Amino acid sequence: MEFEEDSTASKRMKIAENEDPITKVQFSALIVDDDPLIRKIHSEVLNSLGFQTRVAKSGKEAVDLYHAGANFDIVFMDMQMPVMNGIEATKELRGMGVSTKIVGVSSECSESEIEAFILAGLDLYYAKPLTDANKIIPLMEDLKNKSVPNEGPKKTM
Amino acid sequence: MDNVIQLQKKLVDYKTSLFNEGILDDQFTQLQQLQDESNPDFVVEVVSLFFKDSERLFDELTKTLDQQNIDFNRLDAHVHQLKGSSSSIGAQRVQRVCILFRNYCEGRNIEECLKCLQQLKREYYFVKNKLETLFKLEKQIMEAGGTIPVQ
Repeated sequence: MEFEEDSTASKRMKIAENEDPITKVQFSALIVDDDPLIRKIHSEVLNSLGFQTRVAKSGKEAVDLYHAGANFDIVFMDMQMPVMNGIEATKELRGMGVSTKIVGVSSECSESEIEAFILAGLDLYYAKPLTDANKIIPLMEDLKNKSVPNEGPKKTM
Repeated sequence: MDNVIQLQKKLVDYKTSLFNEGILDDQFTQLQQLQDESNPDFVVEVVSLFFKDSERLFDELTKTLDQQNIDFNRLDAHVHQLKGSSSSIGAQRVQRVCILFRNYCEGRNIEECLKCLQQLKREYYFVKNKLETLFKLEKQIMEAGGTIPVQ
């Protein structure tokens, strides 16, 4: 089998061969999305990179998990969800004092919606779907170097 | 062995045609790259979820468009969902009709929305048929003792 140099499969091969020390540490991720397809795809991408994953179907479920004492190394938050959307959920979590890295993941958002999402308390924003390991591995670097001060919210397409 | 080689070539040619005709895009390839020995049915599972979800959304869209006073926000929300899921599996043509549909929802144009729904169903059943054929070819190769070629 052949793999492209920077494909997700290639990265996973390197992980399997223990070439990448980052992945010896297991991180936990919460995937918040009302779309079961996205939950499944994002879970698989993150599992393949060594994350332990949990899913929430709405912003409210995510907030309830934190109220119940759950904690995660990173949260992937969709924007458009019924019951409680990503902006409201992010605001709630930050209001509760949750300092977990929150990555906004959404599709077809206007600049103003993205700005509002970032202002709600995101650390980063990515366009959906998030299947590129090259975008997630730097996040794992950040998690590993948690003691390094945050540069502030960034938007990446 | 000849049979396996023939089937493998048939699969590669079939897949290539799906990409060349814009029926599938790179997102489908990304899904295939996530599949491995620890989750050998990942793509089939994801696509099956897409089929189930889409057919549920078609029912919702039909119901919403049947109402006396159409709730265009509700309509738009359903189309947005379908747009998201079709884009997640690389069903490019379905995604494109969704984009058009959303514009007509915004314009509250009932006639065009109804046309879009019909077009959406056509594109959906078209890609469904293509994907089912693709999976059948893959199954034939596995049953003949071969492996699925990576493009």
